[in-house]
Amino acid sequence: MNKIGFKLILAVGITTVISIGVYSFFMVRSISGGLEGEVERHANQLSETVKYGTRYDMLFNQRDRIHELVRNMAAQPSINRIRVLNKSGEVVYSSREEDIGQMVDKQAEACYACHAADKPLERLSIEDRTRIYRVHADSTRFLGIINPIYNEPSCWEASCHEHDQGQTVLGVLDVVMSLEDVDQRIRQSEIEMLIFAVVAIVVLSFIVAVFVERWVDWPVRDLLSATEEVASGNLSHTIPAKRSDELGLLARSFNHMTAKLSEARLQLFQSDKMASLGRLAAGVAHEINNPLTGVLTYSSFLLKRTQDRPEIQEDLKVIVRETLRSREIVKSLLDFARQSVPKKTEADIHEILDRAQAVVENQLSLNKVRVVRQLDSSLPRITVDSNQMQQVFINLLVNAADAIGRNGGTITVQTSLLCLSPYGMLNIRKAQCPKRHNLIDNEFKIDGRAAVKLRMVSNEEEGFLYLDPLYGSHHHRQTVAADGEPLQLSCPQCHTSLMDPEKKCPVCSAPVFRFDIPGKGQFENCSRKGCEWQRWAAVDEEGHKDYVEIRVQDSGCGIPKEDLPRIFEPFFSSKGQKGTGLGLSVIWGIIDNHNGSITVQSEGGKGTTFTIRLPVKE
Amino acid sequence: MSKIVDLLAVDDEPVVLEAVERTCTTEGYSVETAADASAALDKLHNRRYRLILCDIMMPALDGFQFLAEMDRRKIKTPVIMTTGYSTLENAVRSLYDGAIDFIPKPFTVDELLASVSRAMKYIEIQAALRQARSTDSIVYVPCPTRYLRLGYGSWLSLENDGSVRTGVTDLYLRTLDAIRELKLRHGNDELVQGSSCASLVSKDGLEHQVLSPVSGRVIEVNPDLADDPMLLQKDPFFRSWFYRLIPSDLEYEMKHLIPCSSDRI
Repeated sequence: MNKIGFKLILAVGITTVISIGVYSFFMVRSISGGLEGEVERHANQLSETVKYGTRYDMLFNQRDRIHELVRNMAAQPSINRIRVLNKSGEVVYSSREEDIGQMVDKQAEACYACHAADKPLERLSIEDRTRIYRVHADSTRFLGIINPIYNEPSCWEASCHEHDQGQTVLGVLDVVMSLEDVDQRIRQSEIEMLIFAVVAIVVLSFIVAVFVERWVDWPVRDLLSATEEVASGNLSHTIPAKRSDELGLLARSFNHMTAKLSEARLQLFQSDKMASLGRLAAGVAHEINNPLTGVLTYSSFLLKRTQDRPEIQEDLKVIVRETLRSREIVKSLLDFARQSVPKKTEADIHEILDRAQAVVENQLSLNKVRVVRQLDSSLPRITVDSNQMQQVFINLLVNAADAIGRNGGTITVQTSLLCLSPYGMLNIRKAQCPKRHNLIDNEFKIDGRAAVKLRMVSNEEEGFLYLDPLYGSHHHRQTVAADGEPLQLSCPQCHTSLMDPEKKCPVCSAPVFRFDIPGKGQFENCSRKGCEWQRWAAVDEEGHKDYVEIRVQDSGCGIPKEDLPRIFEPFFSSKGQKGTGLGLSVIWGIIDNHNGSITVQSEGGKGTTFTIRLPVKE
Repeated sequence: MSKIVDLLAVDDEPVVLEAVERTCTTEGYSVETAADASAALDKLHNRRYRLILCDIMMPALDGFQFLAEMDRRKIKTPVIMTTGYSTLENAVRSLYDGAIDFIPKPFTVDELLASVSRAMKYIEIQAALRQARSTDSIVYVPCPTRYLRLGYGSWLSLENDGSVRTGVTDLYLRTLDAIRELKLRHGNDELVQGSSCASLVSKDGLEHQVLSPVSGRVIEVNPDLADDPMLLQKDPFFRSWFYRLIPSDLEYEMKHLIPCSSDRI
């Protein structure tokens, strides 16, 4: 029972027990005091009634009548007995016959209040005349009240001459009432109090338990199971963080932490994979390049020596060309491991497409895949790394053929020339604060592109804004929530403000921030979250740019919707053991290196379209 | 002493040795082969060779150790390095360690022959230089003292504004036959140290690569040279520069360049 909920309930229970206990104690005490007072008053009244009821008979010394009255009175159920004692302590009248004539000791407990100080007191308050006692330890309680009978003229003037004028008190009337009824009521209210206390404790504890369960136990359990999930390696586990209290905050920061952790792990994993890929590439390069040297030297040697035989020349040229391509592939394997720059030359995209198609021709015809080409003959030559681009097309064609499967289908390859606005096409690759600190964060990527990292302050909270580097795209991320509030943005390194004091957003009039793009002017942005105003004047001035668009469309099985956002991630593969998961990420890298873009549309069962756009002029 | 052999090929791959032997013999060179570096050193002990073609990645002694051993034994035979692990670091290091050229594997016949023919010419020039010392005639124009060079092929000069100028040395040009064509890269291209930055087609149809002495982005291609490639042979060190570049990692890369001032000693 070490649960936090149990401890909270225990604490609440103890508090309730103490407070209700104290309350009940005083409540019962006050009730019993009230009831006893009531009985006391009643007894006093009764004794006064008896006193005045018997007055006349006393005066006329009608003893039988007094006896009768006392007996009748005492017959009432709550009255225990009624006695009249004379001043010497002898019981003169009593509701019980056996008492009559007995002497009562003045030192007895009932008489003590008056006779304690030797000389009898003559007037006493009602409290002092009352006594509560038990006959023996187990008996019910009794309340006795002594009512002194004072001397008055009619007494000493009476014909019997029993009393003389000098006396003050002639005797006492002692009425004893049973407290059984009262005691029973007190007991009953004690029981009621006890029941109330128990019910209150149970109900309170239950209510507290319910809320503790909802507010503490569930979120804590979620956190606990999430921690266990994460510990067992499932870093994609997130806690549903819909609450706004501290535990909700904790859940959110936990999610943030696991996201960071998984990013870091992916990076570590990737760099580890890259390192082993690098070693593998080096080994492969060395091992393959030696036999390739044999092939290349002999084939080029033959090509040189058979210039008079054109029928062999064609075939030899294919061998030499493809061996040279293998050489480039091996080299790019090394380069890939070392991330080097592409070797760009002016090339005809259609020629590259032809070569790529020729390489996979066999596989395509085996799978009964028909390639439909809709090529735009007016396409200009563009500056690309032909080998890398060929690798891209081969990869896309092989993927398309794999998606089509064994039953045959169509791949449509389309090319066209487009004129596009830089908005939505161009992305920020370099960004600087006024003090020339680099703002590009290669660690944090949005849609695969390194984001622009800015320090933000909103409502005295500090954090970072990761700006989507694609001009016109707004998948920004921020580490501190600041909804609708304008942000104060500055350089993460030198904290120099990036806010433009002289400018307001033309859309929503919020303050504008800006940073330098080396060689390409300034990038301006509205600082209010949700406002999408951006301006990159230098790029806008250049106007629309020509792009070559290449679409590869297949009639295959399509890509599941949930996989679409991830297909360009490294090591994401839908082919199971067949693929390395590097294909599309390498393609993405190549296209990005060419300042182009690649997008994918897919519908389950209907096929997939990859669209590549490459700038005609960089 | 028997006749001098033109080429000693050193490689642990028999197919490469065979290919080199076959192609070079057809071109009229005499060729011998060695399966590893120590066999090659034995052969060098017994015989004279004009040129050595040596692989870098070999069991026991590798290509760099072979170069060092030759230096220790004071064998002056020029070496062309080759390797299947054709990283640019290897190329640059070979050239710094005294190799006269570097051919990445796999190579075509033309690439091999271009390099060998340049090397043969280089050997002739070195011999002529020894003779000319006594007569004080000029065999080739040496590289200006404040320049740096990669091997003997390309030069680098630091400009005051932080950019660098690159070009090809007179010695390299003299190892070629008459130049028929010069192929230069374009502005904004990224060059990498040790990779080809330009190529010269000689009259015999062979294409000769000029390796870039530095990595960086081309900001200017010499407009005079584009107009008139023949300018190259007239003034290779000043008017006939190739590119102006913004170097990307000059400080590190300069460690692998040879200061031309050391040539005068």
